[in-house]
Amino acid sequence: MMFQGKIWKLGDDIDTDLIIPARFLNVSEASELARNCLADLRPEFASSVRSGDVIVAGGNFGCGSSREHAPLAIKASGVSLIIARSFARIFYRNAFNIGLPLLESREASEELAEDDEVRVDLAAGSIERIADSRRFASSPVPDFMAEIIKAGGLVPYTIERIRKGEAV
Amino acid sequence: MPMTITEKILAEHAARETVSPGDLIQVKVDMALANDITAPIAIKVFNEIGRETVFDRDAVALVADHFVPNKDIASAQQVKFVREFARLHNITHYYEGGDVGIEHVILPEKGLVLPGQVVIGADSHTCTYGALGAFSTGVGSTDLGVIMATGEIWLKVPPTIRVNIEGTPSPLVGGKDLILHLIGMIGVEGARYATLEFGGETVRRMPMYQRFTMANMAIEAGGKNGIFEPDDSTRAFVDEHSVAGAVYHRSDSDARYERVITIDATSLEPQVAFPHSPANVRNLSECGDVTLDQVFIGSCTNGSLDDLRDAASVLKGKRAARGLRLIVIPGSPKIYREAVREGIAETLLDANAVIGPPCCGPCLGGHMGILAAGERALATTNRNFVGRMGHPESEVYLSNPSVAAASAVLGKIGGPGEL
Ligand code: SF4
Repeated sequence: MMFQGKIWKLGDDIDTDLIIPARFLNVSEASELARNCLADLRPEFASSVRSGDVIVAGGNFGCGSSREHAPLAIKASGVSLIIARSFARIFYRNAFNIGLPLLESREASEELAEDDEVRVDLAAGSIERIADSRRFASSPVPDFMAEIIKAGGLVPYTIERIRKGEAV
Repeated sequence: MPMTITEKILAEHAARETVSPGDLIQVKVDMALANDITAPIAIKVFNEIGRETVFDRDAVALVADHFVPNKDIASAQQVKFVREFARLHNITHYYEGGDVGIEHVILPEKGLVLPGQVVIGADSHTCTYGALGAFSTGVGSTDLGVIMATGEIWLKVPPTIRVNIEGTPSPLVGGKDLILHLIGMIGVEGARYATLEFGGETVRRMPMYQRFTMANMAIEAGGKNGIFEPDDSTRAFVDEHSVAGAVYHRSDSDARYERVITIDATSLEPQVAFPHSPANVRNLSECGDVTLDQVFIGSCTNGSLDDLRDAASVLKGKRAARGLRLIVIPGSPKIYREAVREGIAETLLDANAVIGPPCCGPCLGGHMGILAAGERALATTNRNFVGRMGHPESEVYLSNPSVAAASAVLGKIGGPGEL
């Protein structure tokens, strides 16, 4: 899978309350959630993010609550993938489960800047800055997670397991 | 092969002899939990998978505790959606209205979670049940929807960080202070993906309600689960609240730990987390002059009967400072009732407290105590992120219930000793 987009640069410990504040959780439609994505941190995000854009963040991205509304809001806003130094555990699961890919790369997290444009090959885990063709390595996505992404998320993956009789 | 308590529980539920950190395993779930915010998405996932019934109607708990009593039309719609699903599938453990309390308070109280179980909840503080010696962790709604359909979840076996707490702390220092101190030490990423296993002589003497507080906040250090090896206190709790079914595991003496942390609790002061991170911790005596607009005592961290007792013993015969809003929310209807019977409710009302119905309330900025721009609150909750309790320019400080109660009287952050 290849992605290309402009970067939104965020810092360390971006928590789920910053990604989608609890006051907007009385609905669960992804498109509604996207309208308030990053509302308190980057109020201009929801209106100016474009399809394919990439979020690049520091460490522990997505820490805090288990709300799947956080990756859902980001995905529905059009963001194609998130690159960070590291991700909080529940956010990591949730993103893959709904088919939003993540890459861990310390280098890219440190070097890439707001508005840079990147091209990403998910399978190879390679991140390339368009302006100077500089490449950044990332930790490979574990096989099992890649399988879930390939299936289109945990739901189609599970339906397949049930069909094959692997799940009771 | 020697194993930790977490590894033993996971191996048993994966039908394997042994597991090691890093193994990806498929695990059977004993109890699956969701609330009014996370259940709606989980239900949509369940419906999409297309199974006719949930894997076990006795092993799914749906608790409408966050935005209830319904705070607006949208929340009412969400709860209605969950209620209809619960009826359709005859879910045994569906709670709302007068039956509802905070999910992590009522599940142990009703004996629905037991030592040795795997409990998975679509709520990050599901790690609370580690206090009982269960493996419990939070996931998102898609995972939960899949569990409702299959009774299983994939998990990566976490490495374990052992935390030994030794020494006799001052009576003002409890589980909340110890866990805040630990998070301050290791940071919000300090236990990312890992298990926090608590032990040592201080823990052995620690009452159950304080163990729940500590396990509850494992996630604030990024932990997958927090766990205590069951002992006599655990057995007494289980005997009081549940029927049979508990399995009591202990870590082997030569189990492998990624890291061992030792904390001497002897001279520890009460701890306060400053905005906007639970790791931004200071000693109470070093807090300076922090005036407050609101004090909130409650939540799944500190909403137990013993927490209310601690607060009431400080507030007895005193009144909240003029202009300060003191809000107290018992964690469950049973706790509320007992607080009335014991006279705690009266002490609180005499102190000018507002007592709310059992629910999450202002903990996540839902309702019943939202902060305006520039306002400051001290709360016994677990998170003080930007905007957690209201306006993005408000501030939340975290402490134990005794400090919160004393601070309500003082009008600024301080301890019972200053009253
Ligand atoms: S009391 Fe607060 S932390 Fe606990 S479940 Fe409710 S919102 Fe979450």
